[in-house]
Amino acid sequence: MLSPQTRLAPVSLHLLRSLSCLVKRVAEPEARTSAPRILLGLQHVVERGVAARVQAAGVSVALERVVSGPTATFAEGESCGLSPLTPAGGPHAIPPPTASARARRLTPLPGEANGPFQAGSHVALIKREGRRRGGSRCRCLRAGAGCWQSAAAREARGRRAGAGARARAGAAASVGGEHPGAAGVGAAAAMAVAVGRPSNEELRNLSLSGHVGFDSLPDQLVNKSTSQGFCFNILCVGETGIGKSTLMDTLFNTKFESDPATHNEPGVRLKARSYELQESNVRLKLTIVDTVGFGDQINKDDSYKPIVEYIDAQFEAYLQEELKIKRSLFNYHDTRIHACLYFIAPTGHSLKSLDLVTMKKLDSKVNIIPIIAKADTIAKNELHKFKSKIMSELVSNGVQIYQFPTDEETVAEINATMSVHLPFAVVGSTEEVKIGNKMAKARQYPWGVVQVENENHCDFVKLREMLIRVNMEDLREQTHTRHYELYRRCKLEEMGFKDTDPDSKPFSLQETYEAKRNEFLGELQKKEEEMRQMFVMRVKEKEAELKEAEKELHEKFDLLKRTHQEEKKKVEDKKKELEEEVNNFQKKKAAAQLLQSQAQQSGAQQTKKDKDKKNASFT
Amino acid sequence: MDPLRQSASPCSSRPSSPKTPPCEMLGYVGIEAVLDQLKIKAMKMGFEFNIMVVGQSGLGKSTMLNTLFKSKVWKCTLPGLAMPTPQTLQLKSVTHVIEEKGVKLKLTVTDTPGFGDQINNDKCWNPILGYINEQYERYLQEEILITRQRHIPDTRVHCCVYFVPPTGHCLRPLDIEFLQRLCRTVNVVPVIARADSLTLEEREAFRRRIQHNLRTHCIEVYPQKCFDEDINDRILNSKIRDRIPFAVVGADRQHLVNGRCVLGRKTKWGIIEGPTVGKPTTRKQTDLEIKSLLAAGRTQWRTWRTVSFLC
Repeated sequence: MLSPQTRLAPVSLHLLRSLSCLVKRVAEPEARTSAPRILLGLQHVVERGVAARVQAAGVSVALERVVSGPTATFAEGESCGLSPLTPAGGPHAIPPPTASARARRLTPLPGEANGPFQAGSHVALIKREGRRRGGSRCRCLRAGAGCWQSAAAREARGRRAGAGARARAGAAASVGGEHPGAAGVGAAAAMAVAVGRPSNEELRNLSLSGHVGFDSLPDQLVNKSTSQGFCFNILCVGETGIGKSTLMDTLFNTKFESDPATHNEPGVRLKARSYELQESNVRLKLTIVDTVGFGDQINKDDSYKPIVEYIDAQFEAYLQEELKIKRSLFNYHDTRIHACLYFIAPTGHSLKSLDLVTMKKLDSKVNIIPIIAKADTIAKNELHKFKSKIMSELVSNGVQIYQFPTDEETVAEINATMSVHLPFAVVGSTEEVKIGNKMAKARQYPWGVVQVENENHCDFVKLREMLIRVNMEDLREQTHTRHYELYRRCKLEEMGFKDTDPDSKPFSLQETYEAKRNEFLGELQKKEEEMRQMFVMRVKEKEAELKEAEKELHEKFDLLKRTHQEEKKKVEDKKKELEEEVNNFQKKKAAAQLLQSQAQQSGAQQTKKDKDKKNASFT
Repeated sequence: MDPLRQSASPCSSRPSSPKTPPCEMLGYVGIEAVLDQLKIKAMKMGFEFNIMVVGQSGLGKSTMLNTLFKSKVWKCTLPGLAMPTPQTLQLKSVTHVIEEKGVKLKLTVTDTPGFGDQINNDKCWNPILGYINEQYERYLQEEILITRQRHIPDTRVHCCVYFVPPTGHCLRPLDIEFLQRLCRTVNVVPVIARADSLTLEEREAFRRRIQHNLRTHCIEVYPQKCFDEDINDRILNSKIRDRIPFAVVGADRQHLVNGRCVLGRKTKWGIIEGPTVGKPTTRKQTDLEIKSLLAAGRTQWRTWRTVSFLC
């Protein structure tokens, strides 16, 4: 017997389980003849449900309709509609959801708000495109069904609740209270994913009669991810010398080359280093971001600013990539910070105000994991007090640190036990000391040896478990779905995009794009003009220069030419002179020769004459 | 987030650039535990698969679907039952949740009765294209929202199975038109329906001719060459491409053969066993289609998104 005071969850679950079995049977065509009997049983149960203040969604309507309707199928059209169970109508008081985690609130899609439903009870449902053949069958699902159903529930609620309804299970009071939803699972049973034109949506479980083979899908997914590799980015925030680099070395069992920073940095700056690690077949691209100079200045007002700017810059880069038209998110190297390790100095008292301020600024942007550094300086009893003091301070200041997920059965237990030890008190060391008969990472003091991997000595092992072995994927997911989405939303709203109206949204996107593009083009043109003018000017100058040079050259040339001419003339003159002289000389020579020959001739004649005379005288 | 996007931060598969020096780890750190985390998450999220079957009536689409997923996915229309052939092309879809070894798959099957059944089949692909684009559009709208949901319901058609009637000759003009238009928007897997009406030689010849036709008309069916990611993919895909189009025989009744119960079609001259090796390749097709889940919709989605933003 269900009493009104029973809690919702078990009642609804039980109720709906029985309903679903019955409904399944009725849905079979052969069982139609026995419909009335089953109906009676259902009605009976359902009425009890009403008494216990449960509204079973579509099933109730279906019952009424089947009795009256011509076709013996269930739930014509409105199967998802909720109407009061009793024919008398009138909305029932909808109970607020209990704290049981499984109850989900559902809200209608906009535009279906007040359709066939009574005020005060809504269920998100398919858009009915009109009845096609017969009615759609009733939905029946296993209670506690798969994630996409609850996801769809979340989505429906998210729509209505507008910005910021990030609440997860059940206890979401964020839906403004005006439209509380019915008990979750039942309503979820009545939900199906809206598919545009085709109607006749049936969402039911099928049993397989053989091996189909899609159980290898998760393996395929995993293989694909391994072939692409994983990205993980850690931000270490802490004062200089607190042991950030050493801890990183210890965590990843390797030596990341870095020189220790000095204490004289003028401001905080972030240094990011990427490394590629490989373990069996998993490739991890690890980026470690260090805050250099944190806490060293005298005036630490602006210490948090560079950190926040860096984180925002990474989100911005991702957003730009996502908004691109031709985007390649697959190959994109994700630089968003997935985890922030906040190093708290081991004073033993409480958090410093710098820590509080910084953590408050960072908690909505990144997953913060506070850790107590150099924990070997605190005694055990002091440590316990210190931890509780820190946690209470964080809570009272409203700092939201990263919560280890506890909704997945496999990890819930370990996460729950580990969260108790927050913040982790860690000791880092890369040196090995011989303990017993093997080497272990430890710090050697004159009074003893602090072993890094000994759970009694420090919480290093817990940190490593939590950070790497158990929650790495969850950290990444939180970054993407929570922090990044928040950033994206704020940024887009800032840019002027609104979600208010499905009609105006695509336009405003387009319009803004157009406006921005025109602006950009205008700027480009201006710049082009400028450049062109400058170019022209330069060209003119160069031309002028060249002209001058040319002129000079010409002059030089003329000069040279003239000198050349002059020289030539001189030479010619000289040549003439020379020739004259030579002529003269020749003349003289000729005259002299003539004289000589004449003289010779006359001499010869004279001798001949003489000879002749002689001869004549002789004869 | 749909499982395809959850690890939205993969790094490039290129070897480490000079900026990221590889580091040697001196001991076990436990990074590979992330694989298990991924797997658990994937199993919890479940998968979504939307498949569309296109073909004339009577080619055995519903039976094939039932055989593929080994369950009564679709109610088969037996000939003779008073179900008048629809005058215009309609799209009906049915969603089922099937689970195998802890993996939940939300399967949506869209049927297109009335395709190619009229006398004038001009532009009969328009409703189908419209439907596919509408699903893409819906997803895009969801994606551009400022307050996005955690898990955008994926109703995009991941795979379209096109049934080619076993004429034995070559692709008909209707087939070619349809394939040409659709291969750019969605992953198309052409399939020779009712392959038990062809002998083995006829089947091979038909297959070759169809492949030739596809090449001539530049129809890229799944798995597309341009989306081959690495050498292993290429080898595997070229083997598959060799067997496209698959010749299938759907069978959803069980018969007793040699003492064991098999799915098959019983005829006067023998029993054609359904999924067995060497016979019509329903098995291979299943593998192919499952594989298509991960790569398929996403690549087409990227193209579509680009195109939609540019116009």
